[in-house]
Amino acid sequence: MKHDGPDSDIVISSRVRLARNLRRHPFPMLATSSQSEEVMKQLIEIGKSDQLAQVGKFETIVLSDLNELERRVLVEKHLISPNLANDSRGGAVILSDNESVSIMINEEDHLRIQCLYPGFQVQEAWGLAGRIDNIFEEKAEYAFDEKFGYLTTCPTNVGTGIRASVMMHLPALVLTQQINRILSAITQVGLAVRGQYGEGSEALGNLFQISNQITLGQSETEIIDNLYGVAKQIIEHERAARSRLLTESRLKVEDRIKRSYGILKYAAIMDSKEASQRLSDVRLGVDLGLLQEVTPTVMNELMVMTQPGFLQQTFKEKMNPETRDVRRAELIRKQLRGQTEFGGA
Amino acid sequence: MICQECGKRPATLHFTKIVNGEKTEFHICEACAREKGESLPGAPNGFSIHSLLSGLLDFEPAGAAGGGVKPKAARCDECGLTYAQFSKIGRFGCSSCYKHFADHLDPLLKRVHGNTVHVGKIPKRYGGQIQYKREIEQLRRDMQGRIEREEFESAALIRDRIRELEKKISDL
Repeated sequence: MKHDGPDSDIVISSRVRLARNLRRHPFPMLATSSQSEEVMKQLIEIGKSDQLAQVGKFETIVLSDLNELERRVLVEKHLISPNLANDSRGGAVILSDNESVSIMINEEDHLRIQCLYPGFQVQEAWGLAGRIDNIFEEKAEYAFDEKFGYLTTCPTNVGTGIRASVMMHLPALVLTQQINRILSAITQVGLAVRGQYGEGSEALGNLFQISNQITLGQSETEIIDNLYGVAKQIIEHERAARSRLLTESRLKVEDRIKRSYGILKYAAIMDSKEASQRLSDVRLGVDLGLLQEVTPTVMNELMVMTQPGFLQQTFKEKMNPETRDVRRAELIRKQLRGQTEFGGA
Repeated sequence: MICQECGKRPATLHFTKIVNGEKTEFHICEACAREKGESLPGAPNGFSIHSLLSGLLDFEPAGAAGGGVKPKAARCDECGLTYAQFSKIGRFGCSSCYKHFADHLDPLLKRVHGNTVHVGKIPKRYGGQIQYKREIEQLRRDMQGRIEREEFESAALIRDRIRELEKKISDL
């Protein structure tokens, strides 16, 4: 992901996902293989329509055609969910060539339209997801109820079926120990906070995903505006905390950042937890202007490329956790020294 | 807040259990949650959003006690999922489940979303009729207010608009 979105010193990415189902088919959980295939065929067909071609250039991938590693890389790039990678019965994904749109077929719901933008662009992401939704709904009969709205497999998604989220890098709020207070305030306004890889993961590397929890009883615009407003406030808090860090304990912060940079640049073994933390420090250093040697784009790439599946793909070998930590350190060293060639290197 | 199990680490998981109207709150840290076997959301065989939901579902709503179909006996004609199964897995089997379990869904949806009625986007193919119905409901409330304030002339105009919309629905 390029580092060119608005407020991208704090907001890594903005994402909107819409969950939809077809009226006359059992939801994926209960569907037989042939029923899943049928749904997949119908939705892939719509994916090939001229209308969708006007939105962008798309490629369809049937998941059963991929090996485990290839699926895992898609998960680490946030293009498909772990669910779809693990249970790919009738599963497919329609990807835009710039990888900003991912349309998942037969995940928990028949159709999940996901738009991912760099930086703070949650309204733009909703605009695009809505446009793609209109194309599918014109050609497919959605499961919709006058009272309950869009009908989804899980009752937590019913109504608008929308899950909007922003991924934020909040190192200064963590360092100044304000994060817990802010996170508990967030959950009180109907938003949820999660770690980097969605449901069930820790907030590695000071990355927090903030998303709407309520999908029923609020309109899409209200949901998006609410998330936007809250994220905007957190951005301001993080900026204030960063500038306080700079004025009140600049030397200490600079020391921490440069130590992390040194370690990343020279370490021979690097586990994923330490990598996330050190990368977060360096990224903060870049954003604060304390480190000129690295670009934000390199940092964003490293955050993705040091994930296990990516490492395996880059080095084209099967690895145990120990080798992985060695390879990870190697990759980070190369990248930070300006050698951007991977694979076969 | 400190974890109530170990008394050392900060509590990061907070949940409330209500059994027969009795409320118990839990505040525990991740390490203790793991030890207690209630591993983190998303972890294999662990504590997931669905098991949390099923905790909400796995009881008879207070209103269902006297008469009416017991929710556990309800069954979706389309996919065969029973309400008992639904309350275990926290997921619907097909779109008809919503129709078959409709009587029992409001308390659940109220808990999860604080609301029970969709107010967002409507697919175009269903659009016209639902849009008109929503407008009629709004106008009826408006008309009632005006009648109470004895603003009969403007109330009559609204009544005419309602009739117009009702005709549009029957013509669809």
